[in-house]
Amino acid sequence: MGIAFAVIAVVTIAAAVAAMSLRNLVHCALALTVALAGLAAAYLQLNAQFVGFAQILVYVGAVAILVVFAILLTRGGEAPQQSIFSTSWIAGAAVALAVLGVLTYAIAKSGASQRGLPPVPNVTVQKIGDALMNKFVLPLEVVGLLLTAALIGAVIIAMHDKEAEK
Amino acid sequence: MSPLPGYLVLSAFLFAIGLAGALTRRNAIIVLIGIELMLNAANLNFIAFWRFSEHPEALTGIMFVIFSIGVAAAEAAVGLALIIAIYRHYKTTNVDQIDSMKG
Repeated sequence: MGIAFAVIAVVTIAAAVAAMSLRNLVHCALALTVALAGLAAAYLQLNAQFVGFAQILVYVGAVAILVVFAILLTRGGEAPQQSIFSTSWIAGAAVALAVLGVLTYAIAKSGASQRGLPPVPNVTVQKIGDALMNKFVLPLEVVGLLLTAALIGAVIIAMHDKEAEK
Repeated sequence: MSPLPGYLVLSAFLFAIGLAGALTRRNAIIVLIGIELMLNAANLNFIAFWRFSEHPEALTGIMFVIFSIGVAAAEAAVGLALIIAIYRHYKTTNVDQIDSMKG
């Protein structure tokens, strides 16, 4: 457990807390971007280079921009006047704390700490592409279909309904 | 202590923070961001277990995360489109005020 992991963990958790607690929604989106980049760094630490760069491309590149667009389109740019937390926030926070307690208890009780670090796996992008085109070709096609359906669905849902306004 | 519990605890914290945000915040966009954080915490678990597994050549953890990222991207696009449609109808993104099925 090196210094690099400690830095990544602290930055990621701090950015996630900021994303969930800041008042200004644009600041929340920027904090989310930092948290997702920290996760990409964690993937690189775990020798999953391809997933790390895919995370940067998809999340830091696309999802963060999408979130900023949604915030600006819904005029969330200005900070709200009333409280940012919903009326039932005590129950929500209690549930989240309980989940955290159960998860850490389960990790502490498990045999995870006895497992040593295996040697670095030799995973090239060529091997990943091979697996995607042979063993995992059906899930790949299904994800392609799902993304197409989501693309069309998102456009139709967000499209201005001129007929209904008349 | 081997590094695996460190990654698992980091992932547990991210999941709990995302859950807390999704359950307590008023703005629907922040609720969606919290769900994204929870999905990413699960992805971190997949990668950590893959790295510490006996047969990382099988690539199963990496494949699961690649497909999970694709599905999460589709979910984010549809979710944000829904929020924009709801905003157009109710003129708000406050989840406390969006409480009627037929408005």
